[in-house]
Amino acid sequence: MLKAKNKLGLVFFPAFDWAISPTHPEREERLLYTQDQVFEEGIADIEGIKFYNPGIATEKDVERVHFCVPDVKTRVTQSHLISAGGAIKAAEAVMEKEVDKAFAIVRPPGHHAQRVVFGDRGFCIINIEAVMLENIRQRFGNKKVAIVDTDCHHGDGTQDIYWNDKDTLYISFHQDGRTLYPGTGFIDEFGGPSAIGYNINIPLPPETGEEGFLYVLDNLVMPILEEYKPDLIINSAGQDNHYTDPITNMKFTAYGYAELTQRLNPDIAVLEGGYSIEGALPYVNLGIILAMAGLDYSHVREPDYDPEKLKQSPEITEYIKKLCDKIYKRWLRREDIRRETIKNQQYILRHRSIYYDTDGIHETQIQRFKVCPNCSGVNTIQSRSDWGVEIFAISIPRDACKACIDEGYNLYNKIAEGKYYKVYLQDRVNDVFMSK
Amino acid sequence: MGGTHVDAVIIDRGNIIDVVKTPTDHTNLFGSIWETLNHLLKGKDISSISHINLSTTISTNAIVEGKTAPVGMIIESGPGVEPSFLACGSENIFITGYVDHRGREIKSFKPEEIQEAVSKFKEKNIKACAVVAKFSVRKPIHEIEICKLLEDKFSPVTMGHTLSGRLNFPRRVYTSYLNSAVYFVFKSFCESIKKAMKKENINVPVNVLKADGGTISLDAGQQYPVNTILSGPAASVMGALAFNPDEKDGVFLDIGGTTTDISFVADGVPLFEPFGIKIGNYNTLVRAIYSVSIGLGGDSAIHVENGEIKIGPHREGPPMAIGGLVPTPSDAMIVLGLLDFGNKERAISAMRDLGEKLQLDAKATAELIYEKMGDIIKQEVNNILEEINSRPVYTVKELLYGKKLKPKYISLIGGPAKALAPLLEREFNLPCYVPENYEVANAIGAALAKTTAEVTLLADTAEGKLSVPEMGIYEKIGKDFTIDKAEQRALELLRELASAIGTSDKEFEGEITEKSSFNMVRGFYTCGKNIRVRAQIKPGLLYKLN
Repeated sequence: MLKAKNKLGLVFFPAFDWAISPTHPEREERLLYTQDQVFEEGIADIEGIKFYNPGIATEKDVERVHFCVPDVKTRVTQSHLISAGGAIKAAEAVMEKEVDKAFAIVRPPGHHAQRVVFGDRGFCIINIEAVMLENIRQRFGNKKVAIVDTDCHHGDGTQDIYWNDKDTLYISFHQDGRTLYPGTGFIDEFGGPSAIGYNINIPLPPETGEEGFLYVLDNLVMPILEEYKPDLIINSAGQDNHYTDPITNMKFTAYGYAELTQRLNPDIAVLEGGYSIEGALPYVNLGIILAMAGLDYSHVREPDYDPEKLKQSPEITEYIKKLCDKIYKRWLRREDIRRETIKNQQYILRHRSIYYDTDGIHETQIQRFKVCPNCSGVNTIQSRSDWGVEIFAISIPRDACKACIDEGYNLYNKIAEGKYYKVYLQDRVNDVFMSK
Repeated sequence: MGGTHVDAVIIDRGNIIDVVKTPTDHTNLFGSIWETLNHLLKGKDISSISHINLSTTISTNAIVEGKTAPVGMIIESGPGVEPSFLACGSENIFITGYVDHRGREIKSFKPEEIQEAVSKFKEKNIKACAVVAKFSVRKPIHEIEICKLLEDKFSPVTMGHTLSGRLNFPRRVYTSYLNSAVYFVFKSFCESIKKAMKKENINVPVNVLKADGGTISLDAGQQYPVNTILSGPAASVMGALAFNPDEKDGVFLDIGGTTTDISFVADGVPLFEPFGIKIGNYNTLVRAIYSVSIGLGGDSAIHVENGEIKIGPHREGPPMAIGGLVPTPSDAMIVLGLLDFGNKERAISAMRDLGEKLQLDAKATAELIYEKMGDIIKQEVNNILEEINSRPVYTVKELLYGKKLKPKYISLIGGPAKALAPLLEREFNLPCYVPENYEVANAIGAALAKTTAEVTLLADTAEGKLSVPEMGIYEKIGKDFTIDKAEQRALELLRELASAIGTSDKEFEGEITEKSSFNMVRGFYTCGKNIRVRAQIKPGLLYKLN
């Protein structure tokens, strides 16, 4: 019988009775063949691998991260709460030391869900990693965490949520935003005033292959992680960099994903996107499971794997080397860049325009961050959807000083009822959420 | 048939007519059965027998004692988990072809690999083989082709896909291996039975019990003897079920000398292992009643460690009341007047000696042990229940509203059952039943068992294929095939299978246990349906006991 080197918790919840719509990529069938592969390989019989059912995230879990308009109940289905609950279950098993590592193979995904939620974008309504992480922080203390997002799309939701939080380093590899949804994730998106340098985007050219991904990991991501020294590494394990994915243009492989996972060595992985449900997901998920369990993944290969066809061009190799170099230099200069950006400003504004592709909503935002010498600073979002709804949200961060807490509550109390459709206050110091 | 005794019972409808118990002769298992049967049938009207059901340890013993035939394994592992851990035969040949999860042949095997296998098997004088391929239940073409190449040179040649329709390649390998390994020993047992029956002029169907608490005809069983392993605990559960035939959730405890076996019924139906039973180091696909054995029984050794009583998990001999050297729970229950055998004075002195280390008198020590036994059982049962109730589910509906097992009663058999019933009743706050005749519960269970079978149907309308691996059925279907048709077809095929393995049409009662249908979308269009149905003969008993 096989024995895992690392005790691994698996939350495998394919939600076989839920779809966005019958022919949508995010449909019942998505993890069917992955389940077949996982069952056929006898993963459940490997000593040291334990399967868990997901829990169900609560409204409070969601409110630590999001401002759902008008409220959580209206926006979020049971399926979303279970997906986030699956991620929480995985993290909990690691935090309680029942297992060394955990992988939540759950759906729907979450990394496009931003702080304000008017609807579904990029198949996401709530950010399952963020809901997981804030639940864990609430129960196990304020961990220093790195989220490494290996989905092919830029995780603009996770970026927005942790924009101003330097205790959460967000690193995203993705296909260049000039060529793919959501069109963001450029290297100058570098973090909010209190966390400049702690949001690292690595926009890769189409056709990047195993060589490129592993180069980025070894030469950029790992050195940054070594300097950052996180307590926990979370992998947003999207699988759409695969060469068979129908909606992206990369050349990554199942073996490559396994190798990347082994080198990155995450504590927790959470499935994100990936819609090559027959040609990629069964093999990529298997590869990640084996790599996390510390088992041999050298036999994981797709049926049509052809190393010659999947080789990236020398131009791409060269481009990626230069890109990594440039990003790493920026990372080293982050303190200088922070000084240059902030100068003497007390508040920093950020204007944003957000499109909800799945629900066809357009949102405009003004985010306002207080530059506080004692904490990350209270911040606000004034947001309007093209359906004519305007809201105002105040967020008091986990490390807020007394002055910022007071400023947050004063703001909330001062706004007259009726001025906005909804006003929200998220107080992460006292774990309080209110709205009017 | 058990490790110590062979039990036999004649039942007429729901009435027990006669009961016989004889010691097992380990050197002659067939002889033990036949002798017991002779006892039982003495003076009875043989012509009124309708059928004989046997539960035998023949295959189990062969495996546990390592007295199996050498097996040559041909394993087609395809890409995935590194396969070397699957080498379970005397010779193991790993070959290169493969079929994917949809049942598409990606790569054929090389004939020279099979030639190599043949010569290696012959070199080692191996007669029994097994051929197992990853995803062979989706498309068995490689197993069938290789079997054809081996058939005239080796026997048996077990093909993995014929044993179970379930997905689990390592278990398929081990199950196929075991099937070939016990084939001869079981076959010779069957032949002895048939010969003896002929001699005695008994001409009725003989069925053998399987680990799922159902039966299969002797002839059908001979082909797949692996299904007869570990039928003993299953027989006991079915027997206990005969005494408690209501449709509630319950716990079944079989408290023996060395171990306590724990099983469950859900809505009156025995709970099964999720994938299949484990024997020795082998996880298998053999359908089986769920049973957990813990090291706690009437003869468990009791020691005092760090000022605390420790019971089990080992037996170090009989109770002191009948000449043992180590105190046991039976000694404690003798002191408390709950059991009555052996020398009570010696039981009291056993408790007194233990008590000295705890500064308690003999009676208080006996009470402490008795209570502790209840605690251990309760804790174990609750742990197992928690595990069962958190078995993985895959739909939102099951997660939110799925069945949770909540026992409403406890059924207790075994030597100390009566003595422990009042204690467990109190500990669990549930009614505890100890059936009369529980000494032969296993024989009653075997006698009342129905024929059981399961079929796994997968219909892929995009590929235009329908498969039922257990029956070797791979047929074409049209685009318009639906889940209703799939259910209907599964039940039809189940009926066919049932009649081939011993069920009369009249008795047949099939049910669908799992069903799902997925829209398959490629690009933006629905290209077909992936339909999965599992059907089984409704498990249960032929008759209730009166």
